[in-house]
Amino acid sequence: MSDLEFNDLNVWFGEDHDRVDAVRNASFTVPSGASFGLVGESGSGKSTILRALVGLIPTWSGSIRVGGVELGKKRARGFFKDVQMVFQDPYASLHPRHSVDAVLGETLKLHGFDDIDRRIGKLLADVGLGPAFRFRYPHQLSGGQRQRVAVARALAPEPSVLLLDEPTSALDVSVQAEVLNLLADLRQQRQLTYLMVSHNLAVVAHMCDEIAVMQNGEIVEVMGVKEMRALQPVHPYTRHLLESSMGYKPVEDLAAVK
Amino acid sequence: MSPLLDIENLRVTFPTRQGEFEAVRGVSFTLGRERLGIVGESGSGKSMTGRAILRLIRPPGRIEADRMELDGRDMLGMSEKQMQGVRGQKISMVMQDPKFSLNPVMRIGEQIIEIYRFHTKAPRKAAWAKAIEMLEAVSIRDPERVMRAYPHEMSGGMGQRIMIAMMLVTEPEILIADEPTSALDVSVQSSVLTIIDKLVRERGMGLIFISHDLNLVASFCDRVLIMYAGRIVEVCEAGKLHEATHPYTRGLLNSLPRLDAPQHRLQALTRDPAWSLDPSVSGRK
Repeated sequence: MSDLEFNDLNVWFGEDHDRVDAVRNASFTVPSGASFGLVGESGSGKSTILRALVGLIPTWSGSIRVGGVELGKKRARGFFKDVQMVFQDPYASLHPRHSVDAVLGETLKLHGFDDIDRRIGKLLADVGLGPAFRFRYPHQLSGGQRQRVAVARALAPEPSVLLLDEPTSALDVSVQAEVLNLLADLRQQRQLTYLMVSHNLAVVAHMCDEIAVMQNGEIVEVMGVKEMRALQPVHPYTRHLLESSMGYKPVEDLAAVK
Repeated sequence: MSPLLDIENLRVTFPTRQGEFEAVRGVSFTLGRERLGIVGESGSGKSMTGRAILRLIRPPGRIEADRMELDGRDMLGMSEKQMQGVRGQKISMVMQDPKFSLNPVMRIGEQIIEIYRFHTKAPRKAAWAKAIEMLEAVSIRDPERVMRAYPHEMSGGMGQRIMIAMMLVTEPEILIADEPTSALDVSVQSSVLTIIDKLVRERGMGLIFISHDLNLVASFCDRVLIMYAGRIVEVCEAGKLHEATHPYTRGLLNSLPRLDAPQHRLQALTRDPAWSLDPSVSGRK
């Protein structure tokens, strides 16, 4: 089990006057076994935090600790065994010409497992796909099934931390319910730590215990799910987000909206 | 009052190697001066219905209907030329993502002026003034600057408002909005919807609002058609959507996580094959 600790995390792109500060002084902790949500609009820096954590963005400063170990510029091989990511769009994150078997087999091999055959069968069963899916290609799967394969791939190295980047936003609501249930079950069975990014507050409230609201690269509010459900945010931006997610309400001052 | 649009037994068929595939199977509805929502999952035929109304299905796809009338005029018998007078002028469509529906290499002003002059043959100067007026109507500050800008300089919400301005500049009678806010952030979403709502009410237009978001449709529209597998399974008043009775509608509603009512597990939708066999419910008034 691993807890996550972010301290004064800054992430930027470009240099000098082209420099864009995507994340500014973000500090939060995710206890081991907890589920933490990052919400905000597009461009608020929520996905950037995940990408910096897994090492997809080299330009960051501050400190990130996983299980008490400070991360350096390079990630050790063991890191990827411990931290895995599920991406937003299962239509883009699976190789179109690799079968499910190849996708899972490759991951297992890279992480040095030897009983690959047995593990693939087990992984598929764990995410609710039968053995019949093993030799299928992504185009033979529905969106929900693809996302299950993506989850299976993330679980292959037996990680303790799962990073979920909008795992259901490309799916229909009925399929979303299935995938969210699956993720909730897996967390319980394997005592996983989740760090989840979403723009859908209802989804985050359902999945997470604690939520950080981001705006323009900064965390404006960290709150528990209870406060959120009671609609008692402190920051006006959080209130604005909550209100907009409750359905359509006419905006009075249109000129004030960007 | 006679309806703006009257559709009976609409079918959209595509030939495939496995035989004919019917994307829309016998859909009937009318549209008055109201906000009509069409909801359903991906693949339920809701977008195909919207496209079929504008006859935007390319061969080998086929559109068939017992009746498809716009203001009492038969649309299926119209020539392609006559249809061009309908598209954009009588019926406009706003698509999902402004990034793909605006021409990236043409200034925004030019695009709005082009569509206006195509339909009205107005002089350039009048068209320019009209375009500015429309951009103001969709609450864009500094419309002069936006007219000279290219689409990539605009944010998603601005882009979608520009699309709406462009679609309404010809003062159509019907607006078809196909997931107009799905690509936008929630806070921008309400401002775009407010603009659509205001224009539709002020101009007495009919609106077909296609969406997969049940809560949004329930709070925004007057009447809702729920589609499943190419058919309408239920028609209800938008305000009473949460009292819907069809198991499919109930299933969709129950599978949504809710902020105000925490659940331990979400209800997954179990599909009954009988749903796709039931005859389509008529949405005609």
